[in-house]
Amino acid sequence: MFDLDRWNEIWHALMKNKVRSLLTAFGVFWGIFMLIVMAGAGNGLSNGIVEGVGKFATNSAFLWTNRTGEPYKGFKRGRYWNMDSEDLKIIKEKVPEVQILSPKNFGSNNNSGPNTVRGLKNGSFNIKGDYPEYVQIDPVTVEQGRWINQIDIMEKRKVCAIGTKVFETMFESGENPLGEYLKISGVYYQVIGVIKPETRVNINGRTEESVFIPFTTMQQTYNMGNDVHFLAITSIPGVPVSVVEEKVKDIIKKRHSISPSDTQAINSVNIEKQFMQMRGLFLGISILTWIVGIGTLMAGVIGVSNIMLVIVKERTKEIGVQRALGARPVTIISQIMLESVALTTIAGYIGLSLGVGLLELINRIMESQPKSSEEVFFRNPEVSISVAVASLIVLIVAGLFAGSIPAKRALQIKPIEALREE
Amino acid sequence: MIALNNVHKSYVTGNNSLHVLKGLDLEIGAGEFVSIMGPSGSGKSTLLNILGILDDYDEGSYILNGKTIKGLTETQSAITRNEMIGFVFQSFNLISFKNAKENVALPLYYKKISRRKRNQIALEYLDRFGLKDWADHLPSELSGGQKQRVAIARALIAQPKIILADEPTGALDTTTSLEVMQILKDVNDQGITVIIVTHEHDIAAMTRKIIRLKDGMIEETIINGELKMYRDRVRTDKTYQYV
Repeated sequence: MFDLDRWNEIWHALMKNKVRSLLTAFGVFWGIFMLIVMAGAGNGLSNGIVEGVGKFATNSAFLWTNRTGEPYKGFKRGRYWNMDSEDLKIIKEKVPEVQILSPKNFGSNNNSGPNTVRGLKNGSFNIKGDYPEYVQIDPVTVEQGRWINQIDIMEKRKVCAIGTKVFETMFESGENPLGEYLKISGVYYQVIGVIKPETRVNINGRTEESVFIPFTTMQQTYNMGNDVHFLAITSIPGVPVSVVEEKVKDIIKKRHSISPSDTQAINSVNIEKQFMQMRGLFLGISILTWIVGIGTLMAGVIGVSNIMLVIVKERTKEIGVQRALGARPVTIISQIMLESVALTTIAGYIGLSLGVGLLELINRIMESQPKSSEEVFFRNPEVSISVAVASLIVLIVAGLFAGSIPAKRALQIKPIEALREE
Repeated sequence: MIALNNVHKSYVTGNNSLHVLKGLDLEIGAGEFVSIMGPSGSGKSTLLNILGILDDYDEGSYILNGKTIKGLTETQSAITRNEMIGFVFQSFNLISFKNAKENVALPLYYKKISRRKRNQIALEYLDRFGLKDWADHLPSELSGGQKQRVAIARALIAQPKIILADEPTGALDTTTSLEVMQILKDVNDQGITVIIVTHEHDIAAMTRKIIRLKDGMIEETIINGELKMYRDRVRTDKTYQYV
């Protein structure tokens, strides 16, 4: 196999028609290049989204209220209504499958003009009232201080945890924010912590630009009474969150005189379902990638096979001479096969390298873009080593396949026919 | 060395069957220098192909060096060709992208002799034919006579028992033809059987035995001493004029 003469022959055969060899090789090159780039892009999309979702609890659902869609029990259609703190107790009692129940209220948001003041600095942020449990669903990194705790809730303390953007706006860099006060919608709160989101899931405004105060504090301070705007729930392991979601909805509807068939009054997002859909999408993308990639590769391989047939035909006489001089059929076959494998493997290898190179380049460019990549849902396009190895094996097999028909044809050449004078 | 006994060969194309060799008997001893002549269609190419194990025959027997040649596999016949027979062709059939040395070394490559060794042997053979300085030239850079000498060197390098030459001078001018014939004669002097197919009387006359074929049979066999007589007869006898 590593006979210099044989490789010499292959080299000469391919170099005899440089353009043709090049065009043929390009077919295989393009096939594998497409396969790698598409697989990499698919992975990048998947990585980006998976990273965006991060450690977000996948067994979670979110509920919030909307105007009613049907008249019921004497109430008109289109009624505004709110959940209340009583709902929480009843849900906890009646639905044992609920693991975490975390209500959330919204104060003024960053569209409503500057709502936060400290000395000469001011800013407009999203004010949210939260329970300590919320970070178990949407994890955050506590950069300084702490997150809201149970005592804050019980005592309705006027404290707040602020997002990193809030810290940057309201404080000098390097300043210690802990213990300082922010005036939010007219009320002073002491800063207890600075937090940074771990996911890119945002509910009612970006987490970095939000100020979190205890849920109970918000209800009291801003005259919300018992109102609950938003509910985050997770199910205990082994129970699909959609089961819990339905039970919770039924309880709430019953308590607030909403028609059981009203689909509009309670909005909800089921993260579990979204996740399933996403997984399906990625599977679809990767299947498509392989179908298209292998299809392109096949086209290239058929091209190689075709060219090899032409080469065999052109070299009929030469093969005849070799047979007359005592070349065994095995020698001839292995020569044609090697030629084909060499062509596909070299072309494929170049395609593989360039494909991986392109992905790496995209990766570098994306990483060098400071911070703006936070919003990008495309990350680390890459192919695993197993994909690379698999495609190399596919190439060699494809080369053998491409060579087998021309080799068979070469074998059918009888020396006398080849040597017959025209 | 070579013994053909009642050999028949037909070529079948569609419904037509062409009976080319019709019970040929032929015996060629070791070290003979033989030419085969005959008009086109007389079966001389077919005979050469059978002798060279390039083609099989239908009936009869062919014994080469004590071994019956019949129904060999491709691999077996390739090995036998490689060991026993050297071919020289009218159009030289050198491999165009290999230089003279590599062309000469080719049969040894099929014998799986190491590259260095076979190149060294090839160089010796080229030297014998005065082509050492041309060893690294491609066939396209050689003259017709040089090409044929390279081809003869290639035929000899595997030390065959028989040289089969198909119109070896067909593409050469008179002077180079004579040179090539001289080389073949020298080869024969070393004890190698040389069989050439030709239609040129001058060339045939330089061999020691002429076998004339006609319609798939041996019409006559003329041995050395009778050659002159034969030549005279050819000149006078009109029936042979256009042969």
